[in-house]
Amino acid sequence: MNLDIRLPIGLLFACLGGLLLLYGLATQFLQPAIYERSLGVNVNLWWGLALLVFGSIMTYFGRQPTRPSSPTH
Amino acid sequence: MTTTLAWIDYLIMLIYLGFVLGIGFALKKFMKTSEDFFLSGRSIPAWVAGLAFISANLGAQEVIGMAASGAKYGIATSHFYWVGAIPAMVFVGLFMMPFYYGSRAHSVPEYLRLRFDEKTRGLNAITFASMTIFSSGISMYAMAKLIMLLHVFDAPVLSLGLPRDWIFHASIILSALIVLGYVYLGGLTSAIYNEVLQFFLIVAGFLPLVLLGLRNVGGWSGLRTTLASMNKEAFTHTWVGMEHTSTNPLGVEWFGLVMGLGFVLSFGYWCTDFLVVQRAMAADSMTSARRTPLIAAVPKMFFPFLVILPGLIAIALPTAKVETAPAGAAGAATTIPAIQGIIPPKVDYWSGKLELDKNGQLVADYDMAIPQMLLRYFPAGMLGLGLTALLASFMSGMAGNVTAFNTVWTYDIYKAYVHPSGSDRHYLWMGRFATFFGTAISIGAAYLVSRFNNIMDALQLVFGFVNAPLFATFLLGMFWKRATGHGAFSGLLAGTGAAAIFHGLNLPRGAEAGIKGGWLTALAGGGPLFTFPTEMAQNFWMAIVAWTFCFVATIVISLLTRPRPDRELAGLVYALTDKPREGHLTWYQRPLALGVIVLLMTLALNFLFY
Repeated sequence: MNLDIRLPIGLLFACLGGLLLLYGLATQFLQPAIYERSLGVNVNLWWGLALLVFGSIMTYFGRQPTRPSSPTH
Repeated sequence: MTTTLAWIDYLIMLIYLGFVLGIGFALKKFMKTSEDFFLSGRSIPAWVAGLAFISANLGAQEVIGMAASGAKYGIATSHFYWVGAIPAMVFVGLFMMPFYYGSRAHSVPEYLRLRFDEKTRGLNAITFASMTIFSSGISMYAMAKLIMLLHVFDAPVLSLGLPRDWIFHASIILSALIVLGYVYLGGLTSAIYNEVLQFFLIVAGFLPLVLLGLRNVGGWSGLRTTLASMNKEAFTHTWVGMEHTSTNPLGVEWFGLVMGLGFVLSFGYWCTDFLVVQRAMAADSMTSARRTPLIAAVPKMFFPFLVILPGLIAIALPTAKVETAPAGAAGAATTIPAIQGIIPPKVDYWSGKLELDKNGQLVADYDMAIPQMLLRYFPAGMLGLGLTALLASFMSGMAGNVTAFNTVWTYDIYKAYVHPSGSDRHYLWMGRFATFFGTAISIGAAYLVSRFNNIMDALQLVFGFVNAPLFATFLLGMFWKRATGHGAFSGLLAGTGAAAIFHGLNLPRGAEAGIKGGWLTALAGGGPLFTFPTEMAQNFWMAIVAWTFCFVATIVISLLTRPRPDRELAGLVYALTDKPREGHLTWYQRPLALGVIVLLMTLALNFLFY
């Protein structure tokens, strides 16, 4: 299979992470009350950032040329 | 507290669905042969196969069910993982993979044909195909029902002037179409990729939930203190009180637990369930196939923290009011007090009425533990992610069942009995066609279950009747060359029959005769012969009975019938197979080393939470 699975995983999480990060930033100033239920933590911002980082790392590795991954064939 | 979704929640769901179908389209061009479609061309690397291995069985039923069990029984639920799944996975990887992979079988029933005979394969293929497609339907129904109960899509649908019922139908049809779409296009590979995606989504969706929840209750020690004050201290221990059935929440003693859950049920599931084994068979080499379950075991052993803890937290929270209908044109939101923490009482998803048990009491809806936790802690944005993770787990469960069905149908029923001499392209076509009618049957099953709710319990039962004996058959088949086809066939029938009769003779405490048991004695006019403290205990012991009867019957009949010559069984039985040569691998790449490490880690976890 030529489609390395890390690529769609990475892209999806980079996308969702970025989206959450931006939304978290915007709501921090416009609607901070929504974070009362998450114990005051802006979970969109922090977790969005974490997912963006994770997604970017995955995409990076997914774009590398594949090396043979299994020891025996 | 409103439960309507914001635009960002919908956006997240749509992006996910777009990716899921996009993966199917991207993989379509690689589906050239039937082996590509059904077994991913046997080219999946070990780490992907490993993640697919656990994702395939990390369906919504597990996520929701484990949280529910956590709320009902406490951390002892982790036994399903630490005593059940992990040892079984290590066993599959080290001892059973060489046969599955080495036999080049396309499916579990095909292995049975190679090792035993046609009738054993036929029995297994037909029972499995029916059960798996029904399971798919049940997943569809469960997802639609959950969506109705959460009321999260109510507002937009009602504002369009459409009745609420449409949500139920739309949920079933849309989820079916999406799964049909990506499985039709990309076969098993598509299902695998989406499963792995779903696995990461579950972690992404639930890890923050656990962290927030734990912080809210004061960490593990705070949780333990709160539960102790509710007289549920035992909920934070896994082994304390296991000497006797009455001193622990599960209602079993250690023997019933280890043998019933650990040995029969878990080994039975992990070693013979086609869904799960198919992913390892898709691996790119023998060593990859052996490492697949072992790699999978590592994240698996930490799952209790992700899926069981939310259940514990849910009951430890102060008893809240739970919303049954959001604020709308009718006025303020209607709320009812929860039964415990944030666990709501059972409500009929169609009419909204409270359900009562035979004593007229409210029934706790433990399955709502995780969804209520999501609603409790997540703001818009994360809520979309959490719900998407839940929906993803339902759909990947469906996809897993559909791919298993189309493989078993095409190879073990159609090719075996209907049209044995077709071309490979014909079977590829049939695989795609089977995806269509398999999905159609699932939709039918979903509606059937919605009318007759007991079907779900019945299916669970049937799984128990069928899986436990199957494991005995496999054990004997793989390690005892004297086992014969007649023995295997009779063993399967004997085990299943014994389980059914056993079930008919006893009941869990407080249950009524019928689908829960005791029907045989009820037919004879009397009460059950004996009772079990919990349903779980009844389950475990039934598995032990089923396994034992199959084991003994297979041995006895095998000794009375003629075995096949050794040369026919080469590669199918342990004693007649070359051991894989792994001397040139570094130590951490060897399956045996991985297996030992996994078991030691699991032992440590058992000690920590004793």
